[in-house]
Amino acid sequence: MSVLVYTEINKGRVKKASLECINYGAKIAELTGSSVTAFVNNANQSQLEEIGLAGASKIISVKNDALKSDSMLLSAAMEQIAKSEKSKVIIFAFDINGKAIAPRLSAKLKAGLVSGAVDYPVIKGDSFEVNKNVFSGKATATYKINSEIKIIAILPNSFPLTSGQNKSTIVDLDVDLTNVNSKIIIKEIKSDNVVGMIPLPEAELVVSAGRGLKGPENWGIVEDLANSLGATTACSRPVADLHWRPHHEHVGQTGVAIRPNLYIAIGISGAIQHLAGVNGSKTIVVINNDKDAPFFKSADYGIIGDAFSILPKLTIAIKKFKQNQN
Amino acid sequence: MKILVAISNVPDTTAKIQFNDGNTQFNNAGVTFIINPYDEWYALVRALELKEANLAQQITLIHVGLIDSEPTIRKGLALGADDAVRIDSAEPDAFYVAEQIANYAKSNNYDLILVGKETINYNGSSVGGIIAGVLDLPFVSLATKLEINSNKATIEHVIDGGSQIVECELPLVISCAKGMAEQRIPNMRGIMAARTKPLTVISSTNHNNLTSITSYVLNAGRTSCKLMNEDDLDDLVKLLHTEAKVI
Ligand SMILES: Cc1cc2nc3c(=O)[nH]c(=O)nc-3n(C[C@H](O)[C@H](O)[C@H](O)COP(=O)(O)OP(=O)(O)OC[C@H]3O[C@@H](n4cnc5c(N)ncnc54)[C@H](O)[C@@H]3O)c2cc1C
Ligand SMILES: Nc1ncnc2c1ncn2[C@@H]1O[C@H](COP(=O)(O)O)[C@@H](O)[C@H]1O
Repeated sequence: MSVLVYTEINKGRVKKASLECINYGAKIAELTGSSVTAFVNNANQSQLEEIGLAGASKIISVKNDALKSDSMLLSAAMEQIAKSEKSKVIIFAFDINGKAIAPRLSAKLKAGLVSGAVDYPVIKGDSFEVNKNVFSGKATATYKINSEIKIIAILPNSFPLTSGQNKSTIVDLDVDLTNVNSKIIIKEIKSDNVVGMIPLPEAELVVSAGRGLKGPENWGIVEDLANSLGATTACSRPVADLHWRPHHEHVGQTGVAIRPNLYIAIGISGAIQHLAGVNGSKTIVVINNDKDAPFFKSADYGIIGDAFSILPKLTIAIKKFKQNQN
Repeated sequence: MKILVAISNVPDTTAKIQFNDGNTQFNNAGVTFIINPYDEWYALVRALELKEANLAQQITLIHVGLIDSEPTIRKGLALGADDAVRIDSAEPDAFYVAEQIANYAKSNNYDLILVGKETINYNGSSVGGIIAGVLDLPFVSLATKLEINSNKATIEHVIDGGSQIVECELPLVISCAKGMAEQRIPNMRGIMAARTKPLTVISSTNHNNLTSITSYVLNAGRTSCKLMNEDDLDDLVKLLHTEAKVI
């Protein structure tokens, strides 16, 4: 028996969310007296080392360009490995690829799936329970998984990262995908990443602005603040709808849901649909000139005042702090 | 071409969330229910546009739920879907819902099955992938654009760090996200027509009971906000470092 963990390489590194999954899997292995097997495609030596340090005992290393990001093929590969490893618990990150692969695997293995888990499972005899956020972060539900094989997709940025000694063995494997009839043909890949900026779902620091900024021409002061922190920029829905900012920056109920360590909200009123996507942030700072703006009720720190005068001062304060740190 | 659109019935985005029966049930007293925004704004409206462009002939709504969700289904019909199927059952989990939808789809030959990116109540992002797994169909998640050309779909969808354009032969399952289409408001004619459109109720088929919710708790909101003066921002930065420990 083993705990099987799906991991991925992105931009030359093992994804942070994947390392969190290995740590999480190691915790379950400890609770159940088993060990962690990690699956990875196209990893080099230093990436395999990172996976080992995060707590995998065995690394199944596949080198197959066809797997790319095709959820049908990746799910088939995971299915084969889960069967040969006799895996009883399978861990994914609840991110873009995890959301596409884990449900398919759940169907194939008739395995109960809890997606978006925020705690370690509680295992008592045959009972296996795990918590997940529901109602867009307004509540937590305890799910009991009744099936023999259990799949958990964990919410990124919910568990601290630890690393220990590398005691892993590496097994090179060819997965047989001849029976999988994937009909998806990739035509074009578009990257909308600003160079050097961490994508929103992975960002630990986020600076976000709303309609209070009045127009796209005023975003310079928002970007200056973000740059001083090394933060990623985000925006409220009307700002994206008005095309002041690109759509992928839109956070909230209908946009991206994020849970960074720090969320700075500038000129955003704090509508419930906006909060639904950001209220999992560890610390929230709100800057708004209306003392009655609802967002102050969901903030840890607030500054009542004009964003146009506050932002440049805050940027200077951050730069000063950073200089003193060095 | 026939399109099946899976719609979910969810509490209005501003609804107050409460639980009863010893925190084991969602308390729906006084709560207004709506079509899950992703299912309505993106999946259903894009399907309607394809029909208006003569690329699709029939749009069927499918919903797994009890009779109280019929007003939500009627709203989908008012927007322009041709007919609807309700599988008469509570919805214990995503696997159950997906299996019911897959079983129905299996015997009714749809070219496209559209779902929303996620429901705003259980936030599972799971139903579409499970339907595709059960039916052994391709699945494209988080689609932001969808074009149909005879028996082929061209889809733009979100991937890590950007987006990608893929092509796939029909049939397939697609989960729909922002960008696919724009929200529409049903008009009076649509609302009148919806009253007489067919809404078939069928009973649920054999199923698996893979997960169950044992209890809920409301997440504690933030209790107090420390107000800072805009002329003492060094203090705020210091607190972010020493107290919040986030920078
Ligand atoms: C089903 C549904 C889904 C939705 N999904 C989302 C979603 O995903 N994300 C989202 O963001 N919204 C969403 N919305 C919209 C949401 O209800 C709000 O309308 C939106 O969040 C408001 O954006 P805003 O705060 O930028 O603008 P406003 O509400 O216009 O607020 C602007 C704020 O800026 C402040 N301000 C003005 N001038 C200044 C200044 N000089 N300095 C400082 N502060 C200033 C004002 O006091 C005000 O509080 C959704 C709505 C619905 C119905
Ligand atoms: N009870 C239901 N009936 C029909 N479709 C549903 C139901 N629940 C979820 N769906 C569909 O599956 C999508 C994803 O739901 P979920 O996996 O629960 O986040 C939704 O956006 C709907 O399109």
